[in-house]
Amino acid sequence: MSFSLPTGRRRRRLMVIAPTIAAITLLAGCSSSKKSTAGASSTAAGTSSSAPAPAGSTSASAGGSTAPAAAGCDAYKDYPKLTGKTVTLFGSILPPESDSLNKSWADFQNCTGIKLAYEGSNDFEAQLGVRVQGGNAPDIAMIPQPGLLQKMVQLGAVKAPPAAVVANEDKYWNKDWKTYGSVNGTFYAAPLSANMKSLVWYSPGAFKKAGYTVPTTWADMMTLSAKIATDTKGKVWCGGIGSGTATGWPSTDWLEEVVLRQFGGQVYTDWVSHKVKFSDPQIQAAMKTVAGWYQNPAWVNAGFGDVKSIATTTFQDAGKPILTGKCWMLQQASFYGAQFPKGTKVGPDGDVFAFFLPAMDPTVSEVPVEGGGEFATAFRDAPEVQEVQTYLSTPLWATNRIKAASGWVSANQGVDPSVYTDPVDALSAKYLTDPKATFRFDASDLMPAAVGSGQEWKSFTAWFAEGQSIAQVAKDIDGAWPTG
Amino acid sequence: MSAEALSADTATAVAPERPVKAVRKSLSNPLITAAVVALAVLWTIPTFGLLISSLRPARDVVNTGWWTFFAHPHFTLANYHDVLFKSGFGGTGGLFPFVVNSLAITIPGTLIPITIAAMAAYSLAWVRFRGSDAIFFTVFALQVVPLQMALIPLLRLYTHGAHIGGVQFLPSLPKGSYYPVWISHTMFGLPLAIFLLHNFISRLPADLMEAAKIDGASHFRIFRTIVLPLSTPALASLAIFQFLWVWNDLLVAITFAGGQNKVLPLTGRLAQLNGQFGAHPELLTAGAFVSMLLPLVVFFSLQRYFVRGLLAGSVKG
Repeated sequence: MSFSLPTGRRRRRLMVIAPTIAAITLLAGCSSSKKSTAGASSTAAGTSSSAPAPAGSTSASAGGSTAPAAAGCDAYKDYPKLTGKTVTLFGSILPPESDSLNKSWADFQNCTGIKLAYEGSNDFEAQLGVRVQGGNAPDIAMIPQPGLLQKMVQLGAVKAPPAAVVANEDKYWNKDWKTYGSVNGTFYAAPLSANMKSLVWYSPGAFKKAGYTVPTTWADMMTLSAKIATDTKGKVWCGGIGSGTATGWPSTDWLEEVVLRQFGGQVYTDWVSHKVKFSDPQIQAAMKTVAGWYQNPAWVNAGFGDVKSIATTTFQDAGKPILTGKCWMLQQASFYGAQFPKGTKVGPDGDVFAFFLPAMDPTVSEVPVEGGGEFATAFRDAPEVQEVQTYLSTPLWATNRIKAASGWVSANQGVDPSVYTDPVDALSAKYLTDPKATFRFDASDLMPAAVGSGQEWKSFTAWFAEGQSIAQVAKDIDGAWPTG
Repeated sequence: MSAEALSADTATAVAPERPVKAVRKSLSNPLITAAVVALAVLWTIPTFGLLISSLRPARDVVNTGWWTFFAHPHFTLANYHDVLFKSGFGGTGGLFPFVVNSLAITIPGTLIPITIAAMAAYSLAWVRFRGSDAIFFTVFALQVVPLQMALIPLLRLYTHGAHIGGVQFLPSLPKGSYYPVWISHTMFGLPLAIFLLHNFISRLPADLMEAAKIDGASHFRIFRTIVLPLSTPALASLAIFQFLWVWNDLLVAITFAGGQNKVLPLTGRLAQLNGQFGAHPELLTAGAFVSMLLPLVVFFSLQRYFVRGLLAGSVKG
C-alpha cells in the first residue's frame, strides 16, 4: 500500500499534535530518568561484585545479633541475615503450582531478609539460553534436564555451589543423583523435586474383590497378568501413548523400565550415551520383553481395543478404564494421579492406587527406580545466592515444600516420610529415598533431542501403531543418532 | 481481529462519506459483496468459537467442541470471574495488574516510534542533504532483519552497556525494567514506520512547503503546523498497527524485561494461565477475550482515520 495526500479533504486536527507533544515530553522525561536509574544500578552492582568482604562481615555480625528477631526463626539461625538482597529464581513451574514454592520459602524470607523472586515460564528451556547468553541470567535456575545443565556449564555460566550444598548432597541423596547434577565429574547442582516413573496404577478394590495381591517381583506380575486374563476372559493392561506432538513418550518409559530391570544401571547409562546401541542384543532383548508385556494381544488394550489402540489413546485417558473395572493395571508415572476425575479416592483402600513396578532380578538391580527431577543451578556468585542455594538443598526446605501442597516429592533422605499427606507421594518418596535404589533419569530426556524427543517417539509409535519390527525400529533410531 | 477489520473496512467504504467511486462501484457488485461477506463470516468463526468456549464450564470445554454448545447450552461466567478477580495465580486482582503492565509497555512503545518516525520521515523527505536517499534505503532494508536475530546481542548490550576500550559510552539498563522493552519496540518498529510515513509525507504538495518557507517558517514549524496535521490518517493507521503489534507481543517483553510479575505483560500471563500441566484450558479463552478488549477500543476509536489512511493512496488525481 502507499500513502499519498487527498488534498481537498484534509482537515487540520489538533488531536494528533497533542499526543505527539506528550510523547516528546515523555521521551525527554524517560531519557533523563533512565540515566539516573542506570547510574544507580551500576554503582550498586559495582559494590556488590567488587567488595564481597563487607557483605560477608556484616552478615556474620548480623547473624549473631538479630537472632531473636522473630519467633519461628530458630531453624534459620545458621543463615546470616542479608536484609534487602534479592535472589531471582527461574523455572518451568507455572502458577498456580508455583504458589506452593513461594509459600515454602516464606519463613526463610522473613527470617533472613533475602527476597526470593520466582519466575515461571512455559518456554523455560529456550528463554534460559537467551538470557544466559544475553548476560541476563537468573540467579538460580531450576533446570529439569541434565542435558541443559551440561549446556549451561559449557557456556561457562554456571557457578560452583558452596561447600554446604556439596555436604548436603553427599549426606541426603542417593549417589546416583549427584551424577545427574554433575558435568564431567564436577558437581554443580543439587536436586529440588523428584518424580517417580516406576509405578503401576491399579484399583485396590477390584484386586481385593477378586482376591489378587499386589505383585512384588516381575515374574509375579506376569503370572498375575496371565491369571487375570484367563479368570476374566478379558484384557488386563491399559495404555495410551497419544500426546499431541509428543506422541510416543509413554512407550519410551516402558522400554527404559525394562532395560533398567533386565540389564541394570550400567547398561542403562551406556545405552543413554549410545555406547550400547538400540540394535545391541541387550536392548533388542529388552524390546522383546516390552512386546511380550504391552504388546501381548491377550493382555492389552483393556477398555479400548487391540494393541494398536494404544497409539490412538491419549496418555491422559489411558487409566480411566481402571475406574470402571475394565482395566486392571496401567504403568505410568506418579503425576498420573492428577488425571483421575475430581472425587476419585486415591489410596491403599481407595478407588485407585499404585504399586512399585517390581524388579526382575535382585542381582541385576534390587530397587530399580526411574524418574526425573529439577536441579538448582546458580548463575551468580554472591553470599545471598549461596545462602538460598544451601537452603534449597536442606531437608528443612523440602519439608516446607511438601507441607505447602501435595503432588511434590523430594529424594532428600533427610525428609521425615510422615510429612507426606498424599499416599502416592509417600509411596514415591519411599522408593526415591531408598538407599538401595538404582536411580536412573528418564533416558529419552538424556538422549540427544533428535532421538529422545524425535526419532524414538516416532519409531515407537510405528512399533505400536503399525506393528513395525523391532529390528527396523532399532535401525531407524540408531540411524537418527547425531554423529560427532 | 482481521475479521473485524475487514468488515469495518467494507462497512465504512460503502457508507456514503464521499467514498471513492471506483471502490464503491466494485464493492457494490453483488457477487463481490457476497464473497466479502462470506470471507468475513469465515474469518469470524474461530473468534466466535473462542467466545462460546469462554462462556462454557470447564468440564464441557475439555470434553466437547464449542459447536455442541447449541445442543447443550450450559452457560457460565465463572471463567471470566476466575480470570478477572481470582488471586490464586501468584498475584492479586487477577489480570488487572498485567493490563496495567501491558499499557505501560504499549503506550510508550507506540508513541515513541511514531514520534521519531514522523520526524525522520519529514527530514528524509523534505530536508535536502547528501545521502538522504541512502539513509532511507538503509532504513527500508533493515525491515528484512528478523528481530529474533537481534535478541541475544541486544540483551547483552542492555545488561552490559557498551564499551570501547575502557570507556563506557552506553550505560547498562536496570534489570526487570521497561526501558529495554520500550527501546526495543522502538527499534523494531522504526523501519516500517519511517518507510510508510516517508511515502505519505513525501507526497504532500511541495507548494505548501515552499509557501511556508517563503513566509519564513523553520523546518520544525513546517513539521508541526503543516506536516503533522496533514498526516493524521497515516499516523493513525500506523498507531493502530504499532499498538496491536506491541500489545500482542510476548517475545520482546519476556526477553528484555524478564517475566517477573511487576513487569509481565498481559500476553505473558495469558501464556501461563493454562497451567504447567495444561489443567485450565477454559481460562485461556476468557483471558484471550479480556486481552482483546483494549485493542478493539483503540481500533474503533481510530478506524475512521485508518480507513482514510488506507484509501489515501487511491484517490490521488
